[in-house]
Amino acid sequence: MTISTVDFDFVAREVKERSGLVLTPDKGYLLDTRLGPLARKDGFASVEEMLRTARVRRDERVLAAIVDALSTNETFFFRDKIPFESVREHIVPKLFAAKGKGARIRAWCAACSTGQEPYSLAMTFEEMRAAGQPIEAEIIATDLSDRVLEKCRAGLYSQFEVQRGLPITHLMKYFSKQGESWRVNDRLRAQIEFRRVNLLEQFNTLGMFDIVFCRNVLIYFDADAKKRTLERIAAQSHPHGFLLMGGAESTLGVTDAFQPTPDRRGLYARNAAWRKAA
Amino acid sequence: MKQCLVVDDSRVIRKVARRILEELAFEIDEAADGQEALNRCKKSMPDAILLDWNMPVMNGIDFLRRLRNEPGGTIPIVVFCTTENDLEHISEAMLAGANEYVMKPFDGDIIQAKFMEVGLL
Repeated sequence: MTISTVDFDFVAREVKERSGLVLTPDKGYLLDTRLGPLARKDGFASVEEMLRTARVRRDERVLAAIVDALSTNETFFFRDKIPFESVREHIVPKLFAAKGKGARIRAWCAACSTGQEPYSLAMTFEEMRAAGQPIEAEIIATDLSDRVLEKCRAGLYSQFEVQRGLPITHLMKYFSKQGESWRVNDRLRAQIEFRRVNLLEQFNTLGMFDIVFCRNVLIYFDADAKKRTLERIAAQSHPHGFLLMGGAESTLGVTDAFQPTPDRRGLYARNAAWRKAA
Repeated sequence: MKQCLVVDDSRVIRKVARRILEELAFEIDEAADGQEALNRCKKSMPDAILLDWNMPVMNGIDFLRRLRNEPGGTIPIVVFCTTENDLEHISEAMLAGANEYVMKPFDGDIIQAKFMEVGLL
């Protein structure tokens, strides 16, 4: 691939400004794999030509599509398993202890991508209800991209997607077949509200949360954006709230607004003593 | 090393499954139909069985019902692996005692995810 430095720097700056994602030169391969299909679809001769058009003409539609393609993360149902175990075995018992058994739980999946994470959380809650737990929950799922939010709301997944991480018993219980795809049942879909949110912009209108999933997103942010975003998430978290991050991420050395939970990888508790700096 | 019996009438599928499962550190045995699989199991029960549905002589679902009635026949973890991809077939398989269900076409990621699901990995 022969993308000029000017084009690369331009697209990297635009992507960072719009999504917070830091595109270092070693991520150059993303340009090829993610933008190749987009360039073909839009009738450009090459990724190079598409980037040049975006830069020279400042074509807003092309730019938005580029940012969208580069900032969408691959995901699957019950990714990493541990976060959902943490919800069941640690978070909910702690929340009930703090707020009273059966108290309403507000959860936020920030950067939910194609929706597998909020649906996995909804299934986790359903399984807990089936086991007799008094779960009353509200799930808000947000993403930067309108394209993935559309897919989230439709709740339609390919046969390939429903076989990665989803136990067959859950497929039987929560999905129905539609053509060659599988659709999440209405009951589960009704439990999630999908909204467009850019983590770099205001999100305090979402309200206060007990649980925030923000996994494998901040990993692409620079140190400053990471700290600011985490502290703004902390400001939207109740004092007894929890944050779940990806396996390779940590709040350590970034902010003390959250503290790691021993023996629970990726699980952080809101530091009740932390106050947002004025 | 855990043993996995791969039951499929297609030699190509058996070969693909063998390659994937050997990489996941399974010792592989193969059978081309349900009857052949049943004979193997009567001699020695494997830890896992990857099972096709439509096969000559004895199909997968009949094999599974017979297996679960054999002495020691509840030991193997059975993962169906078939082109049958509707809820009716899936329900029938699970009722007959299957532990997981893969819809073809499959790849290494799916086999790995499903085997993890049932605690084989």
